[in-house]
Amino acid sequence: MSSTARHLDALAAQGRPALVAYLPVGFPSVPGSVDAVRTAIDAGADVVELGVPYTDPVMDGPVIQRAVDLALRRGARVRDSLAVVEQVAGLGAPVLVMTYWNVVLRYGVDAYARDLAAAGGAGLVTADLIPDEADEWIAASDAHGLDRVFLVAPSCTPERLELVARSSRGFVYAASTMGVTGVRSSVGTHAETLVTRTRDAGAQHVCVGLGVSTGEQAAEVGAYADGVIVGSALVRTLLDAPTTNDGLDALAQVTSQLAAGVSRARSAS
Amino acid sequence: MTVPADGPLATAPGPYFGAYGGRFVPEPLVAALDELDDVYHKAIVDPVFTAELRRLHQVYSGRPSPLTPVPRFAAHVGDGVQVFCKREDLNHTGSHKINNVLGQGLLVARMGKTRLVAETGAGQHGVATATAAALLGLECTVYMGEVDTVRQALNVARMRLLGAEVVAVKVGTRTLKDAINEALRDWVAHVDTTHYLLGTVTGPHPFPQMVRDFQSIIGEEARAQLAQETGRLPDAVAACVGGGSNAMGVFNAFLDEPSVSLYGFEAGGTDLDPGHHAARFAAGDPGVLHGARSYLLQDDDGQTLGSHSVSAGLDYPSVGPQHAWLHDAGRVTYAPVSDAEAMDAFRLLCRTEGIIPAIESAHALAGALRLGADRSAWATTDNPILLVNLSGRGDKDVDTAARWFGLLDDGQG
Repeated sequence: MSSTARHLDALAAQGRPALVAYLPVGFPSVPGSVDAVRTAIDAGADVVELGVPYTDPVMDGPVIQRAVDLALRRGARVRDSLAVVEQVAGLGAPVLVMTYWNVVLRYGVDAYARDLAAAGGAGLVTADLIPDEADEWIAASDAHGLDRVFLVAPSCTPERLELVARSSRGFVYAASTMGVTGVRSSVGTHAETLVTRTRDAGAQHVCVGLGVSTGEQAAEVGAYADGVIVGSALVRTLLDAPTTNDGLDALAQVTSQLAAGVSRARSAS
Repeated sequence: MTVPADGPLATAPGPYFGAYGGRFVPEPLVAALDELDDVYHKAIVDPVFTAELRRLHQVYSGRPSPLTPVPRFAAHVGDGVQVFCKREDLNHTGSHKINNVLGQGLLVARMGKTRLVAETGAGQHGVATATAAALLGLECTVYMGEVDTVRQALNVARMRLLGAEVVAVKVGTRTLKDAINEALRDWVAHVDTTHYLLGTVTGPHPFPQMVRDFQSIIGEEARAQLAQETGRLPDAVAACVGGGSNAMGVFNAFLDEPSVSLYGFEAGGTDLDPGHHAARFAAGDPGVLHGARSYLLQDDDGQTLGSHSVSAGLDYPSVGPQHAWLHDAGRVTYAPVSDAEAMDAFRLLCRTEGIIPAIESAHALAGALRLGADRSAWATTDNPILLVNLSGRGDKDVDTAARWFGLLDDGQG
């Protein structure tokens, strides 16, 4: 069974969903991204989603675009994603890599899967790869025991939801609002419906992302989702900080608030 | 990932062209692509749709566009070579782009959508989309790289005159590829009401096939016009290739005629060092960008490399997937043409024929001059016929050309 799914089940047994923290590799630097992941885990992140910087991140909004653009300018390489995974994999939180497909194609699908597994990574979240195009990745992830997290969206037909649920391992990533990553004032009423529909289509675990930025939103979403994925709200703390240490402090603070929201998500209210 | 081994090339269906094409998109877009595919396939067999499109071509765009013999230009190509230009530059809005936007524009009403988004490089597709939006009563937002809004400032004004919102994209390389990223992001967020009117034969299925089909009128008309004029097929067809829609449009009628040699000319820029050109076939290799697998300018990590061309419309790091397939199959020969070579051909057509071409199209003219220098590979007679697709007019490029040739008197040149 998937190590991520096992982790989600263990948290569910404690009566709470997971806080999934997205952070990009190489921002503010490669060692800085290791520090950021450690900080987030210490402050309560249960699962890590490490983003590979890419020149054309069409699923990402302005905050993450800015961070990955800086990471690339500062020389972040795809192989750094494996090095960062290796350094943060043993800290108790499963580490998934979120990537756009061309960087994996270029590295070699099986080679990346092999090296990711060797580094201790749990699997991949693929932003622009749909199951229809994923034969090679499905074979490689099977061969190397990796999770494969595909996305669903409110626009998905029941047939699409079934295909994604059947093809995913670990969890299904529910893109709660129609749109790219970014902080929003409301997560959208679509999210709960989408989670229900995705479970009805056969998904064992569904985590919700795109738009969550506050503890209140995390509690609201965590009431029905297996995990709450937060990206831009975390990355923004690092972007806005005057110094690296200030950034890590702010990251810890925001992560704690989100973790507190997640912890109370299922308590009677 | 297979295509039918037999069957005509001209009607090759997506999503795959050999190992190329597909749908490498975020899941939120799949429903919209499926809907588009469905509506498109129903429309093209619906006489009401085809009649309305034909009517707009005639009474709005001015089709059929003329086929013009260019003998004074041909004299520079070579003795006895007959050169004909297919005059897409004379279409309303000044390029072949109108053919596709009218087709897709008519589909939008059938999908119950009210808003268009589009990317543009040179501005020609943006102007065409803004035009279709005005004609059909749709809202329109055009994304344009900031670099391109500067070098094509008049087209920005044209789009705004037509009622479109023009958004200058200030991230990444600030050119066409980043405009496409922004258009895709907008589409993901507003897919319920919005159609992404992609301007070329790339992107996720069904765009490569659909845009080819909407542009194939170029080659169909040219073939009939040439037959009437000369009673023959051309020996060769030359087109410029950015994303590749004008080239697919003119090639398509000849793909299944083995006697016709086909040539696509991509932007060779200043040289073939990384970032100095948009020569995907000469200097790229297969990869995924903007929803399709095709030839791509990329580094060892799969990061998209910057491209350069004196023509904004060819300044794109990837190319339509059917071109990639035709390249590997050897059916079409692709070669880079440098900025300088294109600008020389640009000036030559101006001075020999009184036609100011788009700088994009000047790459095809430069290619024709090159073909004239060695006709052994394509000429079947001593008086071979060369068809050049003049995909757009050069009004938008006058400022660039004036600076290139030093034609301004006030020290701006």
